[in-house]
Amino acid sequence: MPESLTRAVRWDTVVGALLVVVLLLSFTTVDGFGNALNLSFLIGNTLPIALIALPMTLLVVSGEIDLSVASTAGLSGAVMGALWNQGMAIETIIPVCLLLGVVCGLVNGLLVTRLGLPSLAVTIGTLAAYRGIAQIVLGSDAVTDFPAQYLDFAAGRIGDTFVPYAFLPFLVLLAIAVVALHATPFGRSLFAIGAGEEAARFAGIRVKRQKLILFTMTGLMASLTGVFWALHYASARYDNATGLELSVIAAVLLGGIDFDGGKGTLGGAIAGVFLLGTLQNVMSLVNVSAQSQIVVTGVLLVVSVLGPRVARQTAVARAGRRAAASPPVPSKAPAPTP
Amino acid sequence: MTHPSDTGPAPVLALRDVSKSFGAVRALRDVSLELFAGEVHALAGENGAGKSTLIKTLAGVHRPDAGQVLLDGEPVVFHGPKDARDAGIAVIYQEPTLFPDLSIAENIYMGRQPRRALGRIDHKATHEATTALMRRLGVELDPDRPARGLSIADQQIVEIAKALSFDARVLIMDEPTAALTGSEVARLFGVVRTLRDQGAAVLFISHRLEEIFEICRRVTTLRDGARIASEPLDGMTEDDLVRRMVGRDLEELYPKQDVRPGEVALSVRRLTREGVFTDVSFDVRRGEIVGLAGLVGAGRTEVARAVFGIDRWDAGEVEVEGRRLTNGAPSTAMAAGLALVPEDRRAQGLVMDMSIERNIGLTGLRTTVKAGLVDRGAERSRSLDWALRLQVKYARIADAVSTLSGGNQQKVVLAKWLATGPKVLIVDEPTRGIDVGTKAEVHRLLSQLAADGVAVLMISSDLPEILGMADRVLVMHEGRLTAEIPRTDATEETVMAAATGRAAA
Ligand SMILES: Nc1ncnc2c1ncn2[C@@H]1O[C@H](COP(=O)(O)OP(=O)(O)OP(=O)(O)O)[C@@H](O)[C@H]1O
Ligand SMILES: [Mg+2]
Repeated sequence: MPESLTRAVRWDTVVGALLVVVLLLSFTTVDGFGNALNLSFLIGNTLPIALIALPMTLLVVSGEIDLSVASTAGLSGAVMGALWNQGMAIETIIPVCLLLGVVCGLVNGLLVTRLGLPSLAVTIGTLAAYRGIAQIVLGSDAVTDFPAQYLDFAAGRIGDTFVPYAFLPFLVLLAIAVVALHATPFGRSLFAIGAGEEAARFAGIRVKRQKLILFTMTGLMASLTGVFWALHYASARYDNATGLELSVIAAVLLGGIDFDGGKGTLGGAIAGVFLLGTLQNVMSLVNVSAQSQIVVTGVLLVVSVLGPRVARQTAVARAGRRAAASPPVPSKAPAPTP
Repeated sequence: MTHPSDTGPAPVLALRDVSKSFGAVRALRDVSLELFAGEVHALAGENGAGKSTLIKTLAGVHRPDAGQVLLDGEPVVFHGPKDARDAGIAVIYQEPTLFPDLSIAENIYMGRQPRRALGRIDHKATHEATTALMRRLGVELDPDRPARGLSIADQQIVEIAKALSFDARVLIMDEPTAALTGSEVARLFGVVRTLRDQGAAVLFISHRLEEIFEICRRVTTLRDGARIASEPLDGMTEDDLVRRMVGRDLEELYPKQDVRPGEVALSVRRLTREGVFTDVSFDVRRGEIVGLAGLVGAGRTEVARAVFGIDRWDAGEVEVEGRRLTNGAPSTAMAAGLALVPEDRRAQGLVMDMSIERNIGLTGLRTTVKAGLVDRGAERSRSLDWALRLQVKYARIADAVSTLSGGNQQKVVLAKWLATGPKVLIVDEPTRGIDVGTKAEVHRLLSQLAADGVAVLMISSDLPEILGMADRVLVMHEGRLTAEIPRTDATEETVMAAATGRAAA
């Protein structure tokens, strides 16, 4: 799609505007939304999605996906609980958990890059496997007695403001991710890989290495999220964060990251994350059941895949009837099977 | 107007005063064209002149902004390619449009396979029909093999077979020969002549002028979207045609400078990739242009890919300026000063959805960096500079390369690699789809690069180009180097003899 056309209706701007509208509506119409405490809850509960959305955005831009992130988070929480029960110091446990996340990501990355398997299939497999290991590690226990200062950091906020402590390190990570994706050669190469992997290879980009780095980073961030989750909710269980991958992917796609790779901005993705987080918060405030919230997430997922496409197609249709002119491109893999 | 006869039969297909714009770009301005049964008509013009746009208008892909399409003298409106096809118009587009996962036979008969009872697809009949088509084209391609992995030339053959399978009254071909070598072109022309004699009207586009003179009776020239002339080719010279196209006289097409070769820059020793090429050894010296000739499928492209590191080799070694290259690592090859302009610009040369600027910038990700970040200013000036040097015709440097005409896309690929300042440059079909004026320009550029000490290895299916530009010609036949012919001895005969395996090494 020509950049000039997509620029006419930048989906990430649309989502940003949508977020502002939803926030304004919530402030004015939803009871109990606007106070600092609720806002800090909103942000704190959205942070797990936001943290994983950072590497997931990069991954989807490069044309891959990782469905195992929630299981990696669960596994790292379970290991954290199990080691804590063994009496290990929390200062040792956390690095161990992060290392574990790196290994989980590396396994995904190696299966995808060395064996050439599609990441969707690989990570559906490890989604089940990592969660299974988590259950073996911790059984049905719930570990809750982590040190108070850690729990306070993960759940508390700065004074009476709406800003959770944990939001600050997230902002740092966000800044790093934005720069990495949009300003470094690495990020530039990810867009090229996602939009034309073969051409990227012919330009000397080390496609496999970049992907391996991405999967590993994703594993690391997922385990960090698992640690945060266990502390934030003061509960390490094997089923922590179950289904979180759905929210992350829905949010990222909602933010205009093209599922086919090669398009989108991290700003859009984060707007998508907080749009989803706000909706979930509002739904809780007005007592929508957890099950119904999942339905809403699912619907959002569908909308977010369709939305940018429809927007782009209308733009194309308006710019002349050239959509008909583009026959299937032989270079880009999945061909329509009639 | 040079209308052949106002009283004779109506043209099968015609355009009357057709205009078409893309945003600010006026691709066609008041263009008229008439195609008569039993004639092969050429459409000539520089890159971006509007040839493909004209064809897409005839084929129902584009709707004209103004003017009419006439079928048998009656105005028609095609609502899509299917309407045109139903009217008996078969089109071979500049870029192959095959579905990679379908077989050759399925691609040809897509959506209209022979049926058996209960609407089941008759695979046997499809297979046989395809075999018959292939025989008619004189090629051996397995109808059941998937389109994925076919060479550009073979893809083109399948497109042609697809067009033939319609038994079209009008056959439109947009640069069908760009990827073909001499014998394959001859084979295609045989088919075209047969169709013509059976009464079909043929519209033919090529940047190889000798082909136009060989097969066409009349020619329509376009310049900047406007028709310059429609006239018989009889009595015209190539220079006349070029003048119509570019509006001025053409400089030398093969401006080869004499250069005294320097040190060996690229050294390939006993390179083997099992089942693809065997025991290939050669050197290219600084200042030298070495041509690599051979038939399509001889393994030329495969050698280039392996040398650059896209494919791994099984045995042998490659050195650039004395540095051993790592097997299968394009990034180290680039770091050593090697550049490869690949044969398939859409899949390998360009990221089609990315801008001109970013595509050229892709090879500079390691060099246009400041404090670890992409230096956007440097990236932009590097891209603008090279786009200008190669005279790429574009509206904005931030436009996607997919909006450029085919020849201009090719120039972007060249720009992207020349911008790396290579020591060794491998070009695979460097002037495929490029108009004569620019072709001369590219040749001048290659010659200048060589004069500046770059070692150039040039793969080309265009034999006159090899003969005109190469200091030395290497010839491959069935995966082996069969001959090395110095410039003074290189003729069409000696090269073709080696390419077809008729001469000893
Ligand atoms: N879909 C499109 N969107 C925008 N501009 C276009 C589009 N298609 C063609 N153009 C522009 O229209 C002009 C004519 O393009 P066209 O492809 O018809 O040229 P051509 O004569 O076929 O050139 P070539 O010999 O390089 O194939 C060019 O300036 C091109 O950039
Ligand atoms: Mg064209």
